[in-house]
Amino acid sequence: MAEREITYREAILTALQEEMRRDPKTLIMGEDIAESGGPFKTTLGLVDEFGPARVRDTPIAETGFVGAALGLALTGWRPIVEIMFADFLGVCFDQIVNGIAKHRLMSGGRVKVPVTIRAIGGAGLRFAAQHSQTAESWMLSVPGLKIVCPSSPAEAYSMLKGAIRDDNPVLVLEHKALLSSKGPVPVGSDDAAMPTGPRILRPGKHVTIVATLAMVGRALEAADLLAADGIEAEVMDLRVLRPFDASAVAESVRKTNRLVLVEEQVAAGGWSASVVADVVTEAFDYLDAPPIRVTLPDYPLPYSPPLEDEAIPSPTRIADAARKLMRDTGRG
Amino acid sequence: MKKPAKAAKPATARGKAAPKAARARRNDAAPALTDADRVGLFQTMIAIREFEEQVQLSYLEGLVHGTTHLCNGQEAVAAGVCKALRDDDYVTYTYRGHGHCLARGMDIEAAFAELFGRETGVCGGFGGSMHLTDMERGLIGAFGIVGAGLPVAVGAGLSAQLAAREQVSVCFFGDGATNIGAFHEAMNMAQVWKLPVVFVCENNLYGEFSHISHTTPYEDLVTRAAGYAMENVKVDGNDVEAVYEAAAVAVARARGGGGPTFIECKTYRHRGHSRTDPAKYRHPDELAAWMKRDPIPVYRARLVKRGVITDRKADAIVAKAREASKAAAARAAAAAWPATGRDMAALTFA
Ligand SMILES: Cc1ncc(C[n+]2csc(CCOP(=O)(O)OP(=O)(O)O)c2C)c(N)n1
Ligand SMILES: [Mg+2]
Repeated sequence: MAEREITYREAILTALQEEMRRDPKTLIMGEDIAESGGPFKTTLGLVDEFGPARVRDTPIAETGFVGAALGLALTGWRPIVEIMFADFLGVCFDQIVNGIAKHRLMSGGRVKVPVTIRAIGGAGLRFAAQHSQTAESWMLSVPGLKIVCPSSPAEAYSMLKGAIRDDNPVLVLEHKALLSSKGPVPVGSDDAAMPTGPRILRPGKHVTIVATLAMVGRALEAADLLAADGIEAEVMDLRVLRPFDASAVAESVRKTNRLVLVEEQVAAGGWSASVVADVVTEAFDYLDAPPIRVTLPDYPLPYSPPLEDEAIPSPTRIADAARKLMRDTGRG
Repeated sequence: MKKPAKAAKPATARGKAAPKAARARRNDAAPALTDADRVGLFQTMIAIREFEEQVQLSYLEGLVHGTTHLCNGQEAVAAGVCKALRDDDYVTYTYRGHGHCLARGMDIEAAFAELFGRETGVCGGFGGSMHLTDMERGLIGAFGIVGAGLPVAVGAGLSAQLAAREQVSVCFFGDGATNIGAFHEAMNMAQVWKLPVVFVCENNLYGEFSHISHTTPYEDLVTRAAGYAMENVKVDGNDVEAVYEAAAVAVARARGGGGPTFIECKTYRHRGHSRTDPAKYRHPDELAAWMKRDPIPVYRARLVKRGVITDRKADAIVAKAREASKAAAARAAAAAWPATGRDMAALTFA
């Protein structure tokens, strides 16, 4: 094992490479992932090492190849599928929601479904409304599915390895705005446990800020802005959307008494609503003010740069929410 | 409209020689049937019919919950196709899947118990009538979403191709399923990757309450296969030997690396779509005509005429199957309910 400074994209590629070397029963399928290395180059060179049988270009048929992943998993393989844009999860929704997620329970626990679905989503690159969604909330209410959200190269690496080794269906929601971000990654690591809950990235005592994916970086920037005003924010990366455990957030709130949630999705049906609900249940008496959810506005994401920028939660908006909480609780 | 070449094949596949690839293997039935095989096919169809009749009775007794979809009239398809398979082949099927499961040897008591929602059910009562799964018999999944099993069968076919174990993956589906996207994606992928998949379309002329002419531009669904340049054959789905022979050819082709085949079985369901459907939308003459072609009496008469079986023996097979279904249903009905209050985590995640 060696810690190396690599990009999120390289972290994904390295995780795929290591796990495909480790287990000959793994294979990856997706559109244009073999010779061309995927539209985001997350599979570059894999076909040279593992061959076209295990690094498989598919027709443009998300229902077809995601369904095929279920058939492969039931018959002894450990398939990984790449959904080019997370937005296309809508096209194979049924196979995931009614098939992959349910097959085990419907069989009375007699089958295993080790499928990894990687979906590259997220806004900020001017891809407009059909190619910019993180899809985080779409499958939140689907039991039988695990959902993880890597916010850094190290997380992308370890979550993907954990997902591939997991005997259950895991949806890994990657973020395309993070693909070029760099960070230390424990390359060659054999420790590939799936994360089980949130992680504190920056400790603080005045306000808890919870975020996922690209919003984690923005929350950390907001914490810098707040620090200049003497407000110490505790920044948490939620990491796991399913199975969902907000107790670490509740624990943080017991210390800070204030909660801001940052989500790159519209508020309706988002994970931040679930976190708030659980925190209210677990730590109601510790909340000094109603939590604030900073989300996308309730319209499809526009294309034009100023319009897109306006929609995505900015560090300033996040910091403003925290400041408001401080003011509302007589500390501003 | 120009008729696709493949659709112009003869109405049945009977008499067609199997390719070399159909070399004898452990459970790989050669196309030529022995008289014992014929009696076996008859027994399988009877077992399915008697099972379904008992399901109907049990339903009326309130033992079957929710809904159930009977396959009376279509027994020849399940029996004929499964006869051509090996124990280690894979099968996907639908909510109308009791017949396929029985033809693969599912224990009928475990099947009844599943329909009754009991602990001893083949899926512990978690699946029910629409979701009978039995991995040990290659019964990898019953899909309640129309068409959803086809891509899964393609995956199992890919699995077999990669493992080079010469296994075959078969999917059963209805005429209505050929109108959904999953069907087309699966057909295309199977053909482009030359997978060992056999697509068995049970064209019973209806999707729920709609006649095929209201939903589909033609009644011969082999036309769909021609669009994917896939080997295809149209067969009398009520003639169990014709179905078997078409399946044996397709299975041999798939096993030998020759790629997928689409088999259209022309058939008819005797009952309504599901237990609440009296099927009033069908003309009585149509039903009467198809009842004359009921695969079971037709085959029985043929076997008796050929001297393969006597009427007495046939009656004994029916009586035995009826008794077996009745007894299995009684045992299943006496089985315990699944325990509630359990920690379901281990059943949800492995
Ligand atoms: C995607 C989807 N749409 C609708 C239904 C409701 N439905 C259940 S069976 C059925 C008819 C299917 O007809 P066919 O494929 O011919 O099979 P059959 O029932 O005749 O065996 C319909 C519409 C469903 N289960 N799934
Ligand atoms: Mg039909």
